Amino acid sequence: MKILVPIKRVVDYNVKVRVKSDQTGVETANVKMSMNPFDEIAVEEAIRLQEAGTAEEIVIVSIGIKQCQETIRTALAMGADRGILVETEEEVQPLAVAKILKHLVEKESPQLVITGKQAIDDDNNQTGQLLAALLGWSQGTFASKLEFTDDRLKLTREVDGGLETVSLSLPSVVTTDLRLNEPRFVKLPNIMKAKKKQLDIIPMDSLGLDTTSRVKILKVEDPPQREAGIKVDSVEELIDKLKNEAKVI
Amino acid sequence: MTYSAPLQDMEFVLNELCDLEGVCSLPGLQETTPDLASAVLEEAAKIASEVLAPLNRQGDTQGAKHLDGKVVTPDGWKEAYREFIEGGWNSISFSEKYGGQSLPYLVATAVQEMWHASNMSFALCPMLTQTAMEALLMHGSDALKQTYLPKMVSGEWTGTMNLTESQAGSDLSAVRTQAEPNGDHYRLYGQKIFITYGDHDLTENIIHMVLARTPNAPEGVRGISLFLVPKLLVNTDGSVGEPNDVRCVSIEHKLGIHGSPTCVLAYGDKEGAVGYLVGEENQGLVYMFVMMNLARHAVGVEGLAIAERAYQQAASFAKERVQGRPIGTKSGDRVSIIHHADVRRMLMTMRCKVEAMRSLAYLWAGAFDKSTHHPDEDERLRQQQIVELLTPIVKGWCTETGNQLASLGVQVHGGMGFIEETGAAQHFRDARITTIYEGTTGIQAGDLVGRKLLRDGGAAAVMMLETMRKIEPSMADIKEFDKIYKQSLDDLEQATQWLLKAAMEDPQLPAAASYYYLELWGVVVGGWLMAKSALAAQKKKSAGEGDKAFYDNKIKTASYYAAHVLSGTTGLRHTIIEGSDDVMALQVEDF
Repeated sequence: MKILVPIKRVVDYNVKVRVKSDQTGVETANVKMSMNPFDEIAVEEAIRLQEAGTAEEIVIVSIGIKQCQETIRTALAMGADRGILVETEEEVQPLAVAKILKHLVEKESPQLVITGKQAIDDDNNQTGQLLAALLGWSQGTFASKLEFTDDRLKLTREVDGGLETVSLSLPSVVTTDLRLNEPRFVKLPNIMKAKKKQLDIIPMDSLGLDTTSRVKILKVEDPPQREAGIKVDSVEELIDKLKNEAKVI
Repeated sequence: MTYSAPLQDMEFVLNELCDLEGVCSLPGLQETTPDLASAVLEEAAKIASEVLAPLNRQGDTQGAKHLDGKVVTPDGWKEAYREFIEGGWNSISFSEKYGGQSLPYLVATAVQEMWHASNMSFALCPMLTQTAMEALLMHGSDALKQTYLPKMVSGEWTGTMNLTESQAGSDLSAVRTQAEPNGDHYRLYGQKIFITYGDHDLTENIIHMVLARTPNAPEGVRGISLFLVPKLLVNTDGSVGEPNDVRCVSIEHKLGIHGSPTCVLAYGDKEGAVGYLVGEENQGLVYMFVMMNLARHAVGVEGLAIAERAYQQAASFAKERVQGRPIGTKSGDRVSIIHHADVRRMLMTMRCKVEAMRSLAYLWAGAFDKSTHHPDEDERLRQQQIVELLTPIVKGWCTETGNQLASLGVQVHGGMGFIEETGAAQHFRDARITTIYEGTTGIQAGDLVGRKLLRDGGAAAVMMLETMRKIEPSMADIKEFDKIYKQSLDDLEQATQWLLKAAMEDPQLPAAASYYYLELWGVVVGGWLMAKSALAAQKKKSAGEGDKAFYDNKIKTASYYAAHVLSGTTGLRHTIIEGSDDVMALQVEDF
């Protein structure tokens, strides 16, 4: 089985995100960037499937600026086989990402796509679902456990009420939740080997797809600062404030 | 308290001050590129902060234990060691021929800083293995190398260095351990003390490198040989066999580095411990000297690393701890102590000295790579000269400064720093050994004055001074930097000239001055590198490249260093020239 793992380069989860002064987005210049943590879990799961003999080849895909190569190299150092960067300077929204991935899926013919359930920068949680719909494939989102049995995929999902287990036909799109696995530390010799692994770069424009943004961002701003509370002297005062200031009762 | 590797500053020092690109283009090091180095540092940083740092406190409170004749490492040590060696980190700069990664020592030094900062007690184990491997690689026979090196490189076995005996500390000529020839090997009898990781439960076998005397060996340092003594004997097929006649008698109760077992090892209680001669008889101390540069540099890096950790802890505490109001205000909100100028003074002192130490320690490593890999012989020799001169300065100055800064780290915490739970005290205690082992500061200062200055009549010192005079700090737009910098170079030059002359009059004078002379060198070389940082930062800013805020800060810390640290050289010069004869003024019986 061949697995395609789409990954996104995002602001590192340890970095305190700052809004750009012109309010068009968050600051990414000179900020430490790394692989979206949910995507890292997806890469780890693919590697485990390969180690277990279920998968033969793991192809990493990322869409974005040329520095995304570093993020792809990290996935290759973890153990993936080769990488593809669809290079663009533009912001690419989930639908466009899904279209690009569909194009690559048709070219690469994987039986499984595993990706993070969402990226920690925009928290859209759409790409996996959109891709499955465009391909007409089954989808298993928020996966916390994967098992392959007789050409079907048994997948445990983390849902609001608890755990839901579904059986999926292949090919399928799987999105990972936090508890699926704990990604490994990269081994030093594998960092050296990753340098020599194949990484193809495809300009996004050459794909001939409509990648225009469907959602227009008007403004990005910090959440309002929480103000300090006050102490009231009596129940009467509290009720008065709730009625007349907060207007909640 | 967590640790986060200061990757941005590390990469700045590697690229802007230490010519990482040039080092990566040297024959034998071309597998590495600055990009690859960056990826390596990032992954090492993860291991440091996620695996090693969380165990640091456990190591301190629980400590290594000696139970039923065996050494037990703190909880979590075994799993961390497994993660460490499986990740291939044990052999980072070691030759590919034996399974290593052949990365430049420059890159390995930055990685080493992370290990020591995150968990010095743990990091000592791979560090000692590294030293033992170097000894074996440089002087061991092919047969010994084939049997022992690959398993040490992979970390399957660890290594130790056995020099000290109770009567032979700084003075190794007093070594008494005996080695009697017995067919193709020797039998060793004697007791070694202060053996770091001399016994532990991390690996099955431990390879001891032991200094001992053969029968009829000459007295003193010329009669000491080096032996390889495995904890478990190794069969001809490479498998591990019977226990050798060496055992851990006890472990020391120490001020710091509690997680690292410091062992008393008894050799030859029964039939004699089987040992194999490394190199030739009576050459043991010569071999030690070859490795000493690396080992001393590594301890200097420990001083830097502990100071960085103490700084991170102090800065984070200062941002959280709320005490008092800003000066000049009597009402309004109380603020965290980082708003108070005297706390800032301490944090700035820590920050700028850490940056200076990092620059110095990495610069040494870059020079070491060039001294071993540069295709041009003259350049190799020139770099070797820098390595030799800077070794006692890296070791002596970075560890003395590391102690000073770890102490400041406690001070920033106020009363909370004196309480163990805060964690600041551990860094202070852990740092304390660094000025002692691998040659005390006194030994380093003696090495600087005796071997590095007087022996070549000041040639290396003059060469270094000339190099340092080539830059113009004023270009970085820092007030008074030029004046302070030139004064500091003059102070160093005058002290150097005086020492060369004084040595001919009274050999006690250079010895009495040596500590201050080492401090003077550290401060001035640090000033040179801080000036270079400021210049590099200024250049980047003018070109509009990279992170402007980071470069602004580099210029500000350089400015602080100039006014608060570098300005002190005149006092040091005075102490050296005018105060050295006061050192021996009292008679012994007056004490």
